[in-house]
Amino acid sequence: MNWDWHYSGEILPDLLDGLRYTVIATLAGYVIAVVLGLVWTLLRRTPSRIFNQVIRWITEFIRSTPLIPQLYFVFFVLPAWGITIGSLTAGIITLGLHYSTYTAEVYRAGIADVPKGQWEACTALNLPKSRVWLDVILPQAIRRVIPTLGNYLIAMFKDSPMLLAINVSELLFSAYKVGAKTLQFLEPITIVGLLFVVVSVISSILVRRLERRYATI
Amino acid sequence: MSDVLDSYPQWLDGAWVTVRLTLLGGALALVLALLFGMAGTSRHAWVRVLNRVYVEFFRGNATLVLLYWFFYALPLLGLRFTTLSAAVLALGLNVGAYGAEVVRGSINAVPKAQYEATVALNFTPFQRMRRVLLPQAFALMLPPFGNLLIELMKGTAIVSLVGLVDLTRVSKNIQGSTGQTVAAFSVVLVLYFIIAQVLQLFVRYAERRVDRMLGRRLPSEPSLETVAAGAPGTGVTG
Amino acid sequence: MPPSDTDEAGPGGVGDRPPSEIPGAPKAPAPGDGGSGSAPNVVTEKGVATQKGEVPGGEQAAELPRGTAPGIRFEKVVKRFGSNVVLRELDFTVAPGERVTLIGPSGSGKTTILRLLMTLEKLDGGLIWIGDETLWHRERGGKRVPADQKHLHEMRKQVGMVFQQFNLFPNMNVLHNLTEGPVRVLGLSKDEAVERARGLLDMVGLTDKENAHPTQLSGGQQQRVAIARALAMQPKVLLLDEVTSALDPELVVGVQDLLRDIARQSDLTLLCVTHEMGFAKDISNRVLMFDQGQIVEEGPPDQIFGEPSEQRTRDFLQAVLAS
Repeated sequence: MNWDWHYSGEILPDLLDGLRYTVIATLAGYVIAVVLGLVWTLLRRTPSRIFNQVIRWITEFIRSTPLIPQLYFVFFVLPAWGITIGSLTAGIITLGLHYSTYTAEVYRAGIADVPKGQWEACTALNLPKSRVWLDVILPQAIRRVIPTLGNYLIAMFKDSPMLLAINVSELLFSAYKVGAKTLQFLEPITIVGLLFVVVSVISSILVRRLERRYATI
Repeated sequence: MSDVLDSYPQWLDGAWVTVRLTLLGGALALVLALLFGMAGTSRHAWVRVLNRVYVEFFRGNATLVLLYWFFYALPLLGLRFTTLSAAVLALGLNVGAYGAEVVRGSINAVPKAQYEATVALNFTPFQRMRRVLLPQAFALMLPPFGNLLIELMKGTAIVSLVGLVDLTRVSKNIQGSTGQTVAAFSVVLVLYFIIAQVLQLFVRYAERRVDRMLGRRLPSEPSLETVAAGAPGTGVTG
Repeated sequence: MPPSDTDEAGPGGVGDRPPSEIPGAPKAPAPGDGGSGSAPNVVTEKGVATQKGEVPGGEQAAELPRGTAPGIRFEKVVKRFGSNVVLRELDFTVAPGERVTLIGPSGSGKTTILRLLMTLEKLDGGLIWIGDETLWHRERGGKRVPADQKHLHEMRKQVGMVFQQFNLFPNMNVLHNLTEGPVRVLGLSKDEAVERARGLLDMVGLTDKENAHPTQLSGGQQQRVAIARALAMQPKVLLLDEVTSALDPELVVGVQDLLRDIARQSDLTLLCVTHEMGFAKDISNRVLMFDQGQIVEEGPPDQIFGEPSEQRTRDFLQAVLAS
């Protein structure tokens, strides 16, 4: 069996349709991940030790369990509790929640990376806590973590095919569907694979640029 | 809940599949990571190109796409794999590419003076790597390797989508047969969590051994670099 | 303010406690405080209450505070890091407006003293007085209890600090570094803060750099900005922690000259840790020589640097001069 160029051209519209869902799920999930991650990090810095530990273990639990059973949980369990959501919404929420535990680690490391002297200068200037965070620590920490956060956008893009487990018609699922119709899997799946490589390589070049840009602080 | 727990033989079988996939995939990934990682530090440009091609292709791809490719596409070219070996290949090749970047970055992070000392002592390139550079780089590699092993364990869940009966598939089956959705999916998440914590213990133990071997104390909190290096994204190290 | 007439009359001895301390009031726990019979206080030099009669003359910039600086007193101060005791029941006093330099080998606890005053380190025992109030304790129902954040916040208003590594905020330009504190803490309007900042930048000779970012400045310029930032908060006590140690040699003199001018034109109470003996001589009216958390010797700069009486001081000075 050989590569069928004509067939490749024919299935392209189907694949692009799937790509749309992939992009939507990745971007919407990323917004959740970036915001919720910061929330986790700040929640872990409250004065209550017990509360901090609870947050720590919740995030550890979400981070160290696989995405697919998490997708099942959100997609099948929430309706059992009376909350009905579509598969794409469930996918976006799960992807965002899952990766928020990664971005939380990134923010935490970024905050730890802000030199101790910055905290001391804040004390010496008698700045109130809210200002210490909003004006001094977070602007510096977030600047440091932008490239790493960029890496997680790529990571989420590459994990998005797992959403097919709950029947989201994303890129790989579309490829599988056209392949199953004609029993010609080679072309659609190879095209999808190449697409992933191309997007990943281009975006990692962009991230490297970000790294250079934010390397000097 | 009791129905779900009564099915423990199924859970155990599924857990065994998950653990076996993790170990086999991890072994393949380790070998590939060391080979291609060292290739990335070679003086010869063509060897470094080999490293780049491998890393960019397999790291740039989604594991699930790789698995589908091995499982659905390649057999049409006459390359047939058992489901298990297709899964091990997809996981090992993918995680091995991340690992190669970790290895390359760690070797490059060994101070240049160490390399110069090996040249001054007239070591062969193999001796430099084996006796001086790798042992020092090893301590740097371990924490990100630990992260990657847990990522790999989580990655094994994709095999449930091509018919292997791992933990995730067992949970889906039990949910189907008992109708106890909450219990089935809660149990599977807890089981994965336990496996991850056990792996974590092994990794910590290995880290302590290596630290003692090299007589150094690594910071207990991961720095931004190590978080980035272990990232499942395209973390660019070194 | 600690001064009182009785103290003026009899400096030194047991009598020179700040007036706020009611006799018989329970003291804050200080380790080793149990020796009931012995006199608790061994401060023998001019006490905290010694009001300086006259303020040094000369024209001064309007921003520099005058006339209200509090004194400082350490009373049986204990500071440990783990099992390492850095300060062991340290007693010393700095008069209002006095300028004191702390010298001594590294690890002798000089910097720790400044950091305790800036609340960057926690106090393990004893009392630190700023004026007639304790920094780490507050009164509640006649008892002295550990200070809460609110008390620390109030007390810190009197104290400013310049750091060895400048610690400017890299995410703000020079002007913003100087206005952040006055606007957010002192509640100045943006315009007032900018006006004050510009005046200070003029004083430190960096008028043209107000829009620059800290990373674009030389070390000496950064330290000038840091000095201006500390003064923008109008502290009454200024702490200088090895402010020229991180500078290239050719930049040291400029920063030292600036600080000397500030010291002469204001009546800030000044505590300075430095290894530059010429600078110490210039800026201070008293030098304390520390070793292992204790004062080995003290006196006017001429005496300490000219004819030190302690062997340890002589050794230290020799080692510093040799380097």
